[in-house]
Amino acid sequence: MSDSQSSPKADVPKTDLSETAVQRRSLLKGTAGILAAGVFPAVHAQDKPVLRYLGTAVNQDKAIAEKFKADTGITLQYVAVTTDDVTKRAVTAPNSFDLIDTEYFSLKKIVPTGNLKGISTKRVKNADKITSLFTTGTVAGKLVGDQGTAPKKVIFLEGEKSKVFAKAPTEWMSLIPTTYNADTLGIRPDLIKRPISSWAELLNPEFKGKAAILNIPSIGIMDAAMVVEAKGIHKYADKGNMTKAEIDLTIKTLIEAKKAGQFRALWKDFNESVNLMASGEVVIQSMWSPAVTAVRGKGIDCVFQPLKEGYRAWASGFGLPATLSGAKLDAAYEFINWFLDGWAGAYLNRQGYYSAVLETAKAKMEAYEWAYWMEGKAAAQDIKNPHGEVIAKAGSVRDGGSYEQRMGGIACWNAVMDENEYMVRKWNEFVAA
Amino acid sequence: MSTVVAPSQAPAGAVARGLPAWWQAAPFSAVFALFFVLPLLLVLMVSFWHFNEYELIPGFTLHNYAAIFEGCSQRTEQGDLCVTLSTYLSTLKFCALVWGITLMLGFAVAYFLAFHVPSAGLQTGLFVLCTVPFWTSNVIRMISWVPLLGRNGLVNQTLQGLGLTQAPLDWLLYSDFSVVLAFVHLYTLFMIVPIFNSMMRIDRSLLEAASDAGASAWQTLWHVIVPLSRTGVLIGSIFVITIVMGDFVTIGVMGGQQIASVGKIIQVQTSYLQFPLAAANAVILLAVVLMIIWGLTRLVDIRREL
Repeated sequence: MSDSQSSPKADVPKTDLSETAVQRRSLLKGTAGILAAGVFPAVHAQDKPVLRYLGTAVNQDKAIAEKFKADTGITLQYVAVTTDDVTKRAVTAPNSFDLIDTEYFSLKKIVPTGNLKGISTKRVKNADKITSLFTTGTVAGKLVGDQGTAPKKVIFLEGEKSKVFAKAPTEWMSLIPTTYNADTLGIRPDLIKRPISSWAELLNPEFKGKAAILNIPSIGIMDAAMVVEAKGIHKYADKGNMTKAEIDLTIKTLIEAKKAGQFRALWKDFNESVNLMASGEVVIQSMWSPAVTAVRGKGIDCVFQPLKEGYRAWASGFGLPATLSGAKLDAAYEFINWFLDGWAGAYLNRQGYYSAVLETAKAKMEAYEWAYWMEGKAAAQDIKNPHGEVIAKAGSVRDGGSYEQRMGGIACWNAVMDENEYMVRKWNEFVAA
Repeated sequence: MSTVVAPSQAPAGAVARGLPAWWQAAPFSAVFALFFVLPLLLVLMVSFWHFNEYELIPGFTLHNYAAIFEGCSQRTEQGDLCVTLSTYLSTLKFCALVWGITLMLGFAVAYFLAFHVPSAGLQTGLFVLCTVPFWTSNVIRMISWVPLLGRNGLVNQTLQGLGLTQAPLDWLLYSDFSVVLAFVHLYTLFMIVPIFNSMMRIDRSLLEAASDAGASAWQTLWHVIVPLSRTGVLIGSIFVITIVMGDFVTIGVMGGQQIASVGKIIQVQTSYLQFPLAAANAVILLAVVLMIIWGLTRLVDIRREL
């Protein structure tokens, strides 16, 4: 805490120097605010604030809120909406939350509104330990795929109040990463009965009437692009930022498949994908990792199949609304620091996600757990989820292998394209076809 | 009051009598204006605005309407109509099918309840029975079809068990069939209630008169009951048509998200912050539905009948 108290004070005069004459009053006010908030935290400690946490239900775990409350006394109030609605709320109602948990690709819509405040890395203790995948786009020193809205392109802002992304690392982060993963196709090996190794299989006529793709345009189009490239129809310069002609081609491929009866259904909700797979309506489809775990939890064989063309990655993180100040701002920073401190990271890792600061999470996990989840080694003993249920027997290996293998295999990221409006229009055409 | 001011009553009297009436209507008018007219005007206004990824830009442009009808003058590469036309055609098709089926079913059920159930107590009991499914949420009633109609569902298992089919029937679920089935299941009651209500108000002596005059049962039905139930038919039709035209949940769930509907398009656009496009679509949808209703009220003068 002592670091974080002194740094903003030292920093404020520096950044505002050019405008001191004009903005003397606001500077004084600002400094007073920081003094009040930072130097006398004991005053606020009596009356801990409540943080309204806007995000998707998948990330809002009851156990995390309970543990945080027990550790700090601050209450988290979860506001659960869908991925698209998180963005919508951030743009249209920026004062309806104190903390936002959103995907990096949404930043292209949110940051230009000025509704988010840059997060000072000087106040985040483990900021320099955040995995290099976010800051430089590398895993174990090697560059990974950066097509689409890769976090490294949008993670830094030019200042605390900034509407543009910084080209090089700065003190100000747009979002502090929470969870991320690399998605691929989910399959039912018991019904397919042969190895699957390419995205092209999604449109293989062999699975006519037994395939599904997700009906969230900005993610579905990326899965479709992986298929188009795997089938050798077209090589995109950037799958995450297609030209109109490329969008036309991708949608045309989907429409042809749809007319030939390839898709049993399209899904939009995580639970729909679980039901489609568990009921056997579908044997191969776009899927998310917790959905695969949910199908497996029903005792049905389902694999999150690594494919040779690589993964479609996503990442989400915490952001602060621009108007947040005083005790609530301090509480938000306290939450972010707590989140990166290891307990939450270990909790997420045990669910099959990945945490932003690996070393603190490692300290809170057993050696055999770390070996199974992160190093791709066979489980030395039964692997349990955070609720104590066995989800992998001793001797089994995690699909996708180690962290380096999996994250190193990223081909593209969820994205908002320049031609987003056109893409959504064409996607509707696919749904209507 | 009117007798006192008899000679010059026309203008002054109308105002005097009108004023309390206006006051009485005021609360409801205010609610109506605030929660219906104002939002509708806002939608209309926004439909002419510009927008980008993250903000609405006030202005006046017909771009949103042009975008909706772009490419509608010719067929697409795959030989389809443009999205807007094919979506409206598909929605209208569902509308016609569901309307036809619910009308037949609703009329039959209401007819049975009104004329073939002898005691009033039994009538009420059976009528309540019709509403029982409405005690659960309509999403649950809809989703409960899914395990029934699925590839490994009860219907397919039974058919295969009886040896009637060799392989599971895929068209039972995520198809036009399942969408129409769910709509009919959900909305037949909206037909039954108003038709039953109209039928109960038919003077029974008219039926006796028809029978005395030598009309057959069919002639009575067609020449007496049907014309006298048309208000109920019209009200039920308006319910069913407006619901089906704006629906996107039923079509989404039962159609496996593969069948387009106007509501779905609007929903996708709002979730991508394309509010002006969504507003333009909503205005067009509203215009289409209003035209249908206007056409229906041409057939029956609903105010006089009520």
